[in-house]
Amino acid sequence: MNDLALHLLDIVQNSLGAGATFIAVHIDENPRNNTLSMSVEDNGCGMNEEQLQKLSDPFFTSRTTRRVGLGVPLLRQTAEQSGGNLEVVSQPGKGTCLKACFQYDHLDRPPLGDVANAMVLMISANTGVDFAYRYTYNGKSYEISTLQLKDALGDTPLNDLYIMEMIEEMIKENQNDLKVCQIE
Amino acid sequence: MTKIKSLDDLRQKKQQLEQSMDIREKSDHPENLVQIKVAMATCGIASGARTVMNALVEKIKKENIPAVVTQTGCMGYCYAEPTVEVTKPGFDPVVFSYVDVKKAEEIVDKYILNNELIDGILPANYQTI
Repeated sequence: MNDLALHLLDIVQNSLGAGATFIAVHIDENPRNNTLSMSVEDNGCGMNEEQLQKLSDPFFTSRTTRRVGLGVPLLRQTAEQSGGNLEVVSQPGKGTCLKACFQYDHLDRPPLGDVANAMVLMISANTGVDFAYRYTYNGKSYEISTLQLKDALGDTPLNDLYIMEMIEEMIKENQNDLKVCQIE
Repeated sequence: MTKIKSLDDLRQKKQQLEQSMDIREKSDHPENLVQIKVAMATCGIASGARTVMNALVEKIKKENIPAVVTQTGCMGYCYAEPTVEVTKPGFDPVVFSYVDVKKAEEIVDKYILNNELIDGILPANYQTI
């Protein structure tokens, strides 16, 4: 995985696999406190104690097509090697919350990557699922959710190619704004 | 072109778009669409599925093909990732392996537009349920 946006795509696949209908993604970039965190919260089927304990075991997976599951172990490795950690809280029947923390200026922390693009790809590929996305930079946030988007767009599908491009542009503009207005 | 910053901008832009072309046409006839599925599990993503998905989206927009691009999980062809499954209306699904940007464009140009088969098709030994 070259950047954190790819990890995000991967982790969200797990939520989708758990039958989630709502997924909240939060990226918190905080150079001031030297932290970067990424969290994914879903309302999927959740995991029991045993599954939760085995989560970081690469040879544990709930799928049947193959016997390895590397998504979470890879993210844990990335987080730990860049001075951070990975936390997963889950309740069967209620959902799962995964949070990965990184040391912002750590040499081994992968770049954040194109999160806006990742979000748009996920939203357009899973129109039946609602997403909420929050991006925080030094404490200031920008939020967008598919509920707002659907409301604004009416019956135009979110997977329309032109709409996808527009949403991506909108997210990027707002993220840039958050950064630009904080240059000291 | 003005930048889109708020939901209102988005709404306006959408209306402009609707006037210039019929973007709603698609959702009315999902059975007439070409379905493109990009395998996006850990194995796919790590070998470049996102780049492929972006390239496919770009390409079908350029060629104006009535298609939807979606994601799917791992089909067990981890060694051959990134894989892309294409289902044309009335045809059986075809799975292409080792797809990169160049191959993605080839799939659109040759298979989707001209029904020509290209190298690297995986045998379909599963059924989508």
